[in-house]
Amino acid sequence: MQPVATTFFFYFLSALALVGGVLVITRRNAVHSALALIVTLLALAGIYLMLYAPFVAGVQIILYAGGIMVLFLFVIMLVNLERAEKEKQFNKQWLVAIVASGALGLLFVKVFTESKTIPGLLQKPLAELAETSNTQQVGLALYGNYMLAFEIASLLLLVAIVGAVVMAKKKI
Amino acid sequence: MLDYITSYLHSNETPGGAGNMFWAFLYILAIFVGLSIAVIAMNWLERKILAHMQVRLGPMRVGPHGLLQPIADALKLLIKEDIMPAEADQLVFWVAPLITVLAAFTTFIVVPFGPTHAVTDMNIGILFMLGVSSLGVLGIVTAGWASNSHYPLIGSLRSSAQMVSYEIAMGLAVVSAVLMTSLHGSGIYGTGTAGSGIGTLSMIGIVNAQQEQQTWFAFKFFPLGLIALFVFAVAMVAETNRAPFDLPEAESELTAGFHTEYSGFRWSLFFLAEYSAMIAVSSIAVTLWLGGWLRPFANLLSGPTWDLVFSAFPGLTFLGLAAMALFSAKRMPKHRFFKIQTLGLAGFGAVLGLIGLILFIPPVRDRIQDIYWFVAKVAVFMYLYIWYRGTFPRYRFDQLMQVGWKVLLPTGLAVLVATALVGVL
Repeated sequence: MQPVATTFFFYFLSALALVGGVLVITRRNAVHSALALIVTLLALAGIYLMLYAPFVAGVQIILYAGGIMVLFLFVIMLVNLERAEKEKQFNKQWLVAIVASGALGLLFVKVFTESKTIPGLLQKPLAELAETSNTQQVGLALYGNYMLAFEIASLLLLVAIVGAVVMAKKKI
Repeated sequence: MLDYITSYLHSNETPGGAGNMFWAFLYILAIFVGLSIAVIAMNWLERKILAHMQVRLGPMRVGPHGLLQPIADALKLLIKEDIMPAEADQLVFWVAPLITVLAAFTTFIVVPFGPTHAVTDMNIGILFMLGVSSLGVLGIVTAGWASNSHYPLIGSLRSSAQMVSYEIAMGLAVVSAVLMTSLHGSGIYGTGTAGSGIGTLSMIGIVNAQQEQQTWFAFKFFPLGLIALFVFAVAMVAETNRAPFDLPEAESELTAGFHTEYSGFRWSLFFLAEYSAMIAVSSIAVTLWLGGWLRPFANLLSGPTWDLVFSAFPGLTFLGLAAMALFSAKRMPKHRFFKIQTLGLAGFGAVLGLIGLILFIPPVRDRIQDIYWFVAKVAVFMYLYIWYRGTFPRYRFDQLMQVGWKVLLPTGLAVLVATALVGVL
């Protein structure tokens, strides 16, 4: 199926993600921040869909919006919200933050302007749009070309799980 | 415009796949209406069946055999005062029921009622269903928190812990079924060659794989498919917060759990979401393990004669229901107070019988079959839900965690590994 209203959906989802992101850091109430973060994550899932990557979008929803955010909310509910609201929300590192975000913004602008000089780079898609076999291709890439990296990452996660158990339990 | 509408009739794809907005919209509408009717019917059936299990009569007053009870309840809920606690978080309190309802209804986009009877077929079908249905818990958690009250908070804490635990076992069971789409099995289990197929996550693709491999995945690699189905069937009861895993709304301990503070229309949204989520997970189980829209005994009783026999089932079912209604109408008390009720029940039976007769007309009969078998299989699971509720006592919270982490999770892992081994060896 041919995509419809691509520009509209791109700007809509981007605006949703940005508004959600800003709300995350400006809300004083932690639960409201978490809900705004969910909006951002779902908007990002929509953008992945627009990039013909349905598998990534599905994983984004099931892992981040459905799994991690539930745990976030679980923890936030156990926190004393009234005290947390009175505490300062920002630390004093705004100078470093401005430098870092400015550098990142410059990088984006640079990439955008540079890519315009290469003819046809922004116009045509870089990879073949394999919407109907996206999952299969992700699987082939993960267990074919990038097998070693994938296994190392899984080992890292295992270490993290064991570490969490060791830290949480006094007696094993 | 008319061409656009009729052009879809000749394609053998889902409306979403064919890119036809009109039919996609029509399918969404049909599913929405069908789902609402199913929830109303479930409401009545659950009370009736539970009552009969406990040797009671259940609703008998509103309409013959209480048939109009759900409608009366819906009216009551709609005109009830909408109360919002003063100390509640207004915005989140308002949003929470919407999240659960949206999550529960959105999953039905990919549910395959037939080879072309789905709104759309996604490459990530089952992943999408699991993902979106897992968003429903966000509504429950936020509802409990926003109520700003003790019982709802405890209920939603329990709910989030429970859902996160059982999602893992559920996912492992699903993965072993997805694995079966690509593995044909060899050696002791069959004839195929190892590693010849390409797996799929698409809901329609999974049922097609079962058709190609000539077996439902519940019976594939003999005990393995059944064990995976069992793990899923237990986990799905916990995921939907139903008895015996209904700790988030345990009425003997937490009044009503996470929706204690909700009343009227908002409460009915939670009710709607709970039942549509039950139907959604049941249809995942049916699609993955019980052959979706495929008719039973396709191998054992094959051939055109048996096809004809099985195609009569939808009509026969409705005729049977009509016979039941007419029989009950005949057994109604003869007193003149019951005259309208008797007439109503007889009319209901006549309508059911008419539908049954329409389902015998060949073109209708052939088109309705897929949907009938799918819905019939889902209905079995819905009956099981009621049966569980009438049979099992509620688990304690530590027992719940024990079952989830120490029984279902290892079993799911073992089945996954065993399926992979058996498929490749």
